Amino acid sequence: MTKIDYEKVGALIGIEVHQQLDTRTKLFCSCPTKIREDDPEFTFIRRLRPTQSELGEVDPAALFEFQRGRVHIYENYDDSICLVEQDEEPPHLLDEEAVDFALEISLLMNSQPVDEIQIMRKLVIDGSNTTGFQRSVVVAFGGSIDVNGFTVPIQTIGVEEDAARKIRENGSQTYWRLDRLGIPLIEVATAPVMKTPQQVLDTALRIGQIFRVTGKVKRGLGTIRQDINVSVKGGAIIEIKGVQKLNLIGQVVEYEVQRQLQLLKIRDELKERGVRSGQIKSMAHDVTSLFEKSSSKVIQSALKRKEGVYALVLPGFAGMVGREVQPGRRLGSELADYAKFWGGVQGLFHTDELPNYGITSVEVTALQKYLKAQDVDAIIIVAATETASKEALKAVADRARQALKCVPDETRGPLIDGTTRYSRPRPGAARMYPETDVAPVAVTQERLERIRQGLPELPEEKLQKFREEYHLSDELAGIMIRSLRIDLFEHIITQHPELAVTVAAALESTWRNLEREGVDVEGIPEEQIALLFDRLAADQFAKEAIEELLIWLAQHPEKTVDDAVVDLGLGVISHSELKGIIDQIVKANAAMVAERGERAVGPLMGLVMKEVRGRADGKLVNKLLQDAVKTQMKS
Amino acid sequence: MPSEEPAGYLGKAQKTLEKAKVQIGDRISIQTLDNTFEGIVIPRAEIGADDQHIVLKLDSGYNVGIHVDRIQQLKHLQSGKIIEPELPAVPRKTKKGLPWVSILSTGGTIASRVDYHTGAVNPALSADDLYTVVPELGDLANIRADVLFSEFSENLTPNHWTTIAKQTAKHLEESEGVVIAHGTDTMGYTAAALSFALQNLPRPVILTGSQRSSDRPSSDAALNLMGAVITAYQAPFAEVVVAMHRSPDDTKIALHPGTQVRKCHTSRRDAFLTINADLLGEVSDGKVHMLVDDSAYRHRNSKRKLTLQPEFDTKVALLKTTPGMTGDLIDSLIDRGYHGIVLEGTGLGHAPASLLKAIERTQEEQIPIIMTSQCIWGRVQMRVYRTGVELVQRGVISAEDMIAETAYVKLMWILAQTRDINEVQTRMRANLVGEITECSKRSQYEEMSHL
Ligand SMILES: [Zn+2]
Repeated sequence: MTKIDYEKVGALIGIEVHQQLDTRTKLFCSCPTKIREDDPEFTFIRRLRPTQSELGEVDPAALFEFQRGRVHIYENYDDSICLVEQDEEPPHLLDEEAVDFALEISLLMNSQPVDEIQIMRKLVIDGSNTTGFQRSVVVAFGGSIDVNGFTVPIQTIGVEEDAARKIRENGSQTYWRLDRLGIPLIEVATAPVMKTPQQVLDTALRIGQIFRVTGKVKRGLGTIRQDINVSVKGGAIIEIKGVQKLNLIGQVVEYEVQRQLQLLKIRDELKERGVRSGQIKSMAHDVTSLFEKSSSKVIQSALKRKEGVYALVLPGFAGMVGREVQPGRRLGSELADYAKFWGGVQGLFHTDELPNYGITSVEVTALQKYLKAQDVDAIIIVAATETASKEALKAVADRARQALKCVPDETRGPLIDGTTRYSRPRPGAARMYPETDVAPVAVTQERLERIRQGLPELPEEKLQKFREEYHLSDELAGIMIRSLRIDLFEHIITQHPELAVTVAAALESTWRNLEREGVDVEGIPEEQIALLFDRLAADQFAKEAIEELLIWLAQHPEKTVDDAVVDLGLGVISHSELKGIIDQIVKANAAMVAERGERAVGPLMGLVMKEVRGRADGKLVNKLLQDAVKTQMKS
Repeated sequence: MPSEEPAGYLGKAQKTLEKAKVQIGDRISIQTLDNTFEGIVIPRAEIGADDQHIVLKLDSGYNVGIHVDRIQQLKHLQSGKIIEPELPAVPRKTKKGLPWVSILSTGGTIASRVDYHTGAVNPALSADDLYTVVPELGDLANIRADVLFSEFSENLTPNHWTTIAKQTAKHLEESEGVVIAHGTDTMGYTAAALSFALQNLPRPVILTGSQRSSDRPSSDAALNLMGAVITAYQAPFAEVVVAMHRSPDDTKIALHPGTQVRKCHTSRRDAFLTINADLLGEVSDGKVHMLVDDSAYRHRNSKRKLTLQPEFDTKVALLKTTPGMTGDLIDSLIDRGYHGIVLEGTGLGHAPASLLKAIERTQEEQIPIIMTSQCIWGRVQMRVYRTGVELVQRGVISAEDMIAETAYVKLMWILAQTRDINEVQTRMRANLVGEITECSKRSQYEEMSHL
């Protein structure tokens, strides 16, 4: 596909960044904000009933799931999840620590805090919240951030409860774990003013940076998630929810713009062909008899289960269903998403891709003849139960009719390569109503003043401090400002300012090298890393041992730095011992010294360090070695 | 809903709204020093709200509270439309072949709709409303709905019990069973009251409610209501029962005997437990499953003639004995002309010696005094220790293994019929409707306490 001219296509992009807070408790109860990977202790089963809005509307997707008998199984731990998460006890008060944090971020972004925070319920009935709604508050409106000289307006800053974690799905049962439910999330929503993928990425990075300078956010994959809304001229506002990796953001934006442009092109071509919405009939034909001897594996196994083969004609769609809208995804994939969601079928075949997958050209011809389809028509086939097939094909027909109009309003989910998949219809006006179980919280001027007094420095102020006070190079200071471990770094260097360069190098370049080699450095407890530098400052080992120590700690996450020092035989050797070793090596290589003179120091240094690495400081070794070589030369 | 006075607003906030002639539901804009808000004025939360803030619902759906002192300018933009939370109820025709079940509402929010503008929860009480809110009911039974009153259950009085009993008796003539939607706080008391007032039942009477209000998707209300309706036409028994969740799961509804059921948890769905007896049965997968022998309950028989005795004497008190308690409270009850007292004693049915003198006075005044235990589980046995013996000597009547709430209701019911102290004693100690059991079974405590 050709390069996109974002200006020309009128792309407008906004993001919502959601970041888990590292608060002591959850947002509405006193449970720890801890994710657990051990086996759950008990489960309970719930169903969620779609409730009607004041207009008598029921969210169609939720109603559909309910009617299908969707059951939610919630996994628990008695010692870290209480009755509030289980929806067996009313929520406690809104967590003050989380509110303070959101106010702090608001002040950093020049956003205006509200006078009184109102707690709202946002209906979410997919099971991710035991209550059937997510509690959410807006803390501030307006403000802006500077992204490389470009001003991005902020719309709202809020706090909400994180949802339960989906563990797996098993037919009509969904398993959720309640450890994550209720962890406070800060949500910062920008205005839709960005025009290119790079701007979106830079904005996300900038917001993440501001979060991290406060030192109160969680780290690691899954703790930060972005929702991206993308529109192009003539398209629709599409929300892509839950992009976890920063490096996927640019790709997601590019592919979504591409998708909308392709869908608009398809629409124009269909119009040119004279295809009208009324021609698309939601009529599913039973064509099982045509495929009884088919060698298609999908069809064979469906027939073995006593299911059937059903087909739908899309008049004038030939060649369009197979048209690519995103790399590897066709209009056919969009139709298949609907068929899977609304019909629960595994997938579909369409004539633009046939004959293939064990379906022969003879079968295709027979199918066209049976359905009286023309060459310009496309045919969609599904193999499943009659009910599922009919639901699926009805959804396909609906989606095909939308293809004649515009880009349909949807919420989409990201796939691993940055393409996206339909996840549900976009909810209309967000259905929100007050959470009457929790009293509103007034934001007093005294409180704001207290927070203003304790505001952290912004990244650029920190950058200056790193360079000037801690003597980090421009490059290292820049890396540190963007680092996920900036708060750990600051914590360590306030104790040991003289080690700043060493700490920064260890937490960034050494750290990332080890990660690349597959060492689980993320798994090392932070207090051990802090202790490592305490011990280094106390000369218990030399800084050359840091890498080795990190590897050992990653392999023994339950042990301490002191254990590592003993096990690795580190510990600084005495001056005289070091001298002894150096003398020995110099003597053993007397020939080399005689030949090269002072230039022998280089190669000999390597030999000595091999012996004493981690137990002696390199500079000291170098000095002693030079002395020893000189002495040897004299003798 | 628009109203004459801005609902819930007090003091300064109320004055500000009144001055600008703004009513609930009106669209206004408010300018503060640093922001401008436009939205609909919504009622002030009843709980935890001060008189300093005005709450607007913004177009984004979020509500925001604005301090009155920070308002620079308030503009009235548009008068509020009347927001009708009522749904167009779909009238449903009677389905032939389906049993008739009555649903009597007394309050609580077993079926309701939320007004998304204000958060107010409006009860859905007519039969058509019920079909709309819980459509599955229409496939189970033909519903005859009746609204008796709309009270929080903590405000119900013995007079309300009388009304419920009379109306239930009437509905029992035509329906296969009667379901009573009730707030959960005092549901146990009402269940006991109906057990005494409605004797010789031909068909079952089922009380049900919800621990999570029905406006939320996770509410237990619909499942409880369906369980109750299924029990009404399907159960083999003709008893008063309470139908509520058996566990935190949305799978089983427990059927508790009306005189031996108690709310034992403030918030859990399975708050109700059967005390000192066996759970009668449960409803799962649309069926009633009995958990006791056929001989343990009165069988359904539409020809059986109901005995209605719906009166209660309200001059009865229930007192919990506590360390350091003196006879003052009992003396005061005697002085105020109370007709009977139920004590919730400690352990096996003990009271501090400091009460003995006052208790002697009740004996002299021929005021019956009943002993139950604050242990909740187990039987009162006053002949084991001297304290107990001394109480018996002063005429204190053992409630056996009756729970305190049931003993209280029973004494009110008996005193409405006789004030004769000997007669009261005889009837209190007799098992009339299953409120007293002869054997205390091991499982009746262990099973319940290890749910
Ligand atoms: Zn909790």
